[in-house]
Amino acid sequence: MTKTPVLQCENVVKELGQGAGRVIAVNGVSLELVPGELTLLMGPSGSGKTTLLSILGGIMTPTSGTLKIAGQSITGLSAEELAKIRRDHIGFIFQSYNLFPTLSAIENVRIALDVRGITGYAATSRAEDVLRDVGLGHRLTNYPGNLSGGEQQRVAVARAIASSPSIVLADEPTAALDGENGKAVMELLSRVAREQNRSVLAVTHDNRTLGYADRIVRIEDGKIVGEERRPDGVNSPEVTDLTKRRKLHA
Amino acid sequence: MILTLALRNLLHDRIRLAVTLIGILFSIVLVAVQLGMYIGSSKMITANIDRADADLWVTPFGAKSFEDGGVLLSERERHQALATPGVQSVVPLVVSFAEWRKPEGGSSRVVVIGSDFEDNGLVPWSLSQGTLEDIKAPDAIAVDQSYLSELGINGIGDTAQVATGRVKVRALTEGVRSFTQSPYAYTTLNRARQLLGTGSDSVTYLLVKLAPGANVETVRANLASRLNSADVLTTEEFRERSLVQWLFKTGAGLALIGGALLGSLVGTVIVAQTLYSSTKDHIHEFATLRALGSSKGYIHKVILAQAGLSAVIGYALGMIIALLVLYLSRNSALPLVMTPGLAFWLFALTVGMCAISALSAIVKVTKIDPATVFSR
Repeated sequence: MTKTPVLQCENVVKELGQGAGRVIAVNGVSLELVPGELTLLMGPSGSGKTTLLSILGGIMTPTSGTLKIAGQSITGLSAEELAKIRRDHIGFIFQSYNLFPTLSAIENVRIALDVRGITGYAATSRAEDVLRDVGLGHRLTNYPGNLSGGEQQRVAVARAIASSPSIVLADEPTAALDGENGKAVMELLSRVAREQNRSVLAVTHDNRTLGYADRIVRIEDGKIVGEERRPDGVNSPEVTDLTKRRKLHA
Repeated sequence: MILTLALRNLLHDRIRLAVTLIGILFSIVLVAVQLGMYIGSSKMITANIDRADADLWVTPFGAKSFEDGGVLLSERERHQALATPGVQSVVPLVVSFAEWRKPEGGSSRVVVIGSDFEDNGLVPWSLSQGTLEDIKAPDAIAVDQSYLSELGINGIGDTAQVATGRVKVRALTEGVRSFTQSPYAYTTLNRARQLLGTGSDSVTYLLVKLAPGANVETVRANLASRLNSADVLTTEEFRERSLVQWLFKTGAGLALIGGALLGSLVGTVIVAQTLYSSTKDHIHEFATLRALGSSKGYIHKVILAQAGLSAVIGYALGMIIALLVLYLSRNSALPLVMTPGLAFWLFALTVGMCAISALSAIVKVTKIDPATVFSR
């Protein structure tokens, strides 16, 4: 059965700078994200993947092209309207975690709920649940400074999924983590996609993440240059490379 | 969470918080002292007018203040006033500066106030020693106990000379101070006339009490038409005239108000500077909030909450210091006054000052580009 895309972009172009310094960071990208899938957006540094992620997340506006989130076109929306789209549909995970250093783990999650109008006991209860889900039930009151990099990124994941967004966008989620922690975070994102039926897009150039992807989109010089999809039903923890998976099923 | 984040942001940098609070505290104390002096001065200037039982004041033409009327009216004006429809009673009052010669030598100035207390025109109040009956005794006079050393006397029973006559201190008041720093000396009407060497029917003011149901404006117009050489003022008008004379024509009030404005300005600048730098330090967190989908209003609330918390803490600390200063000033020549109204307006001023201070920080966060979250 074909899944309805939660995010669609068509022929998106983003120009940065002006005059002689003008650069086309994203050049005619068309892409769809569907629920239940973990998509990796891979490419070398400067290929435009983070710019594309910003556009898909409604943070940056494209120079041209169309973008729909949950069926709603976001072209021409004001900054406040885009913020509402992000509030309602998108969860973000950042490379440097971007946690609030003055707030504890549970407060970092609660604040993401607070901006969405979820407060009081409901917010506390939900924040505890998601932190337990990501394995941090014993670290609720710890501040980011007292958490390891992996734990901080798991708090960031909890913050991103706490409000049950239909789309989770992750920018280099494993770049600052060692192998074990990177693996734990990717497993978490994979679970979020499959078990919670969310659409997860992770920008990465970390080959260790390949095994968790349902789909890999490759980008170079702002253009999508290739796309690979894992055959249905393959989900073997010992297989860590999509290419190998394809060979196994050949 | 807004309050939590605001409080944590404030507590994150304790030194900056201390600078903010000192700025607010300094501002509050300065404004409280200046306005406390202003209110204290105003109360002193109008105390006798407020205490007098009068609906209308008949004053010598052009009288600038309570102390500065001149002994220019007479029984003729009193009888004209009494004959005016709507007037129930007319009580004469003598007020004049006079020289007080100290028993051990030297002199200073006092304001002699003569009134017959049984007329209920102006009765000395806050008597700490002696009674009104004591003041009716021959040569008797009442002064405030805070001026004893200035007047060169020790207390009840001491004698001095006022203008042309000897007086004996028979009663003491407490807290009845004079803005002009010339102490008030209360005595009977005739004794005041004798001391000042004026005619036996001379008066400074006529305190007019209206008959029940009489219209103030009607009676006033009637009195004014009969008393060509006098002014007829309502109590409120006479208060205003005295206040304008002592506070504004002398520049004292403007200096106090100027000091209060300066205090507010200094406080606003210090709080604005610290709030702005705090916002700048937390700019990436605000950008993250924006990326997470928060509205601008949510972020503005965080900054305003920071400003509000600073205001509440700074106000509380500032008021403690201000009340301490007030307490220490209680026996000074110009005791400061704190009223519930002033306390409320000081709080409103603090909140307003901090809200204005937050503007620069709000302008800063309004320009946040949430895309910066990807560049850290």
